[in-house]
Amino acid sequence: MSEPASPEPDTRVVQRQRAVSAFAQADGQFLADAWRRLGGDRAVTTLRGPEVGLVMVRGRAGGGGAPFNLGEASATRASVRLAEETVGHAMVLGRDRERARLAAAFDALWQVESERVAVETEVVAVVEAALAAEDHKRRSETEATKVDFFTMMRGED
Amino acid sequence: MYVAVKGGEAAIANAHRLLADRRRGDRSVPALTLAQIAGQIALAVDRVMAEGSLYDPELAAMAVRQSRGDLIEAIFLLRAYRTTLPRFAASRPVDTAKMLIERRVSATYKDIPGGQLLGPTFDYTHRLIEPEMADNGIVAEPERREPPETTAAPRVTDILGDEAMIEADGIDDGEEPADLTRSPLAFPASRDLRLQALARGDEGFLLGLGYSTQRGYGRTHPFVGEVRIGEVEVEVDLPEFGFPVTIGRVRVTECQMVSQFTGSKSEPPKFTRGYGLVFGQLERKAMAMSLVDRALRADEFDEERRAPAQDEEFVLAHCDNVQATGFVEHLKLPHYVDFQAELELLRMMRAERPAEADSGDDRASEKEAAE
Repeated sequence: MSEPASPEPDTRVVQRQRAVSAFAQADGQFLADAWRRLGGDRAVTTLRGPEVGLVMVRGRAGGGGAPFNLGEASATRASVRLAEETVGHAMVLGRDRERARLAAAFDALWQVESERVAVETEVVAVVEAALAAEDHKRRSETEATKVDFFTMMRGED
Repeated sequence: MYVAVKGGEAAIANAHRLLADRRRGDRSVPALTLAQIAGQIALAVDRVMAEGSLYDPELAAMAVRQSRGDLIEAIFLLRAYRTTLPRFAASRPVDTAKMLIERRVSATYKDIPGGQLLGPTFDYTHRLIEPEMADNGIVAEPERREPPETTAAPRVTDILGDEAMIEADGIDDGEEPADLTRSPLAFPASRDLRLQALARGDEGFLLGLGYSTQRGYGRTHPFVGEVRIGEVEVEVDLPEFGFPVTIGRVRVTECQMVSQFTGSKSEPPKFTRGYGLVFGQLERKAMAMSLVDRALRADEFDEERRAPAQDEEFVLAHCDNVQATGFVEHLKLPHYVDFQAELELLRMMRAERPAEADSGDDRASEKEAAE
């Protein structure tokens, strides 16, 4: 990240940032099931989308130099408002409209003070744990392909 | 006189219906699912995403199926699709140092922090067709080994960079990078524009050019400093949030190619670099891209531009396979009027020639028969 972290980061911003990133990476079916449990029969008003578009993904020359445009990725965004008047947003990679709408709904629900703990423990933490478990599995599989070098002595001394 | 002709409507409709039939093939064989294509022909899907310049495995799988496996046709489909969509934002540059690594090797350092991770590679296979694979036998689960606590795997070029033996990445001056999808190519091209063009350029064309530099057409004497494949997070700054959010991950392949440099009056000798970064698991493409990127930087190192790979206009104007196939393939479309005009011209030229110059007119009867 290019911007220096402020000395006293707004913890709520940091928390929401984490939560939104988790919603964006959650499985669609998982979000749908979780919404049935946590969202109840709240009215969810769609303010924008869900609409499919593109995000230009950038890289850096040499890995750390000046940015360049690598290519686009499909993305879906949505904004919703709940009965509590909180407004939630989402942008997720891919073209799954319902997943984007649910991610926005969870962002809105997260902002309802009385619901935050439930959303944190039953959605954010669960998604993060699932990602971590999948990452660990993949890293373990990659680790098994690590080359263990050994030196062979040839000839006499 | 210009005579417009119409026709072929029924022929075209029937041709497309025939295409659909041939695409489906034998109806007693199950149709391919998108999950099968994305999962089992994954590297073809990756190539379509990289050169189609659109990351979306499901869409790329649809394109591969629709094109019957003609990858340039599939790339064309993806490029056409992207023109129908609005662009929401540009991401922050992906951080390949924080990649979830699935493969990472260096040909320059044996003992790199994080180690040499072979991953799912074709390297060291015998390149023999395995008949037993045709029988759909049981495939064993991969071996696992507990990975180290730290996930840090510094880029090899950063290790060399610490000793100032290799040129740095260069600076980010905060300029918006050039975008060839928004404004046409102009020469001389900046490196950001070149990297964008190469990242979506044709793998075969870039492979040939990269190979040519190794064979002496723009000598670079390269080493693979590092190739790494894995997933990186895509972070976007969105005004509605006021902070950057991760919207998902994409798999990329990065290649750091290290080349010799003799130095100049102002600079001590050091290694120079070429860079490759592409969507998907496309090691050959990333390597070829890094070779060509380095070759195109000739001016920066006072190298003479003599080889095709060093000629940016030649490389950038011809590396796009959708453009190339459009111009080459249009030749098969009706050119009846153009050709008729040339034929008339040829007849006039011949008629003006003195009669004795013609060796004989036994072709005349054939010509009349053809008409």
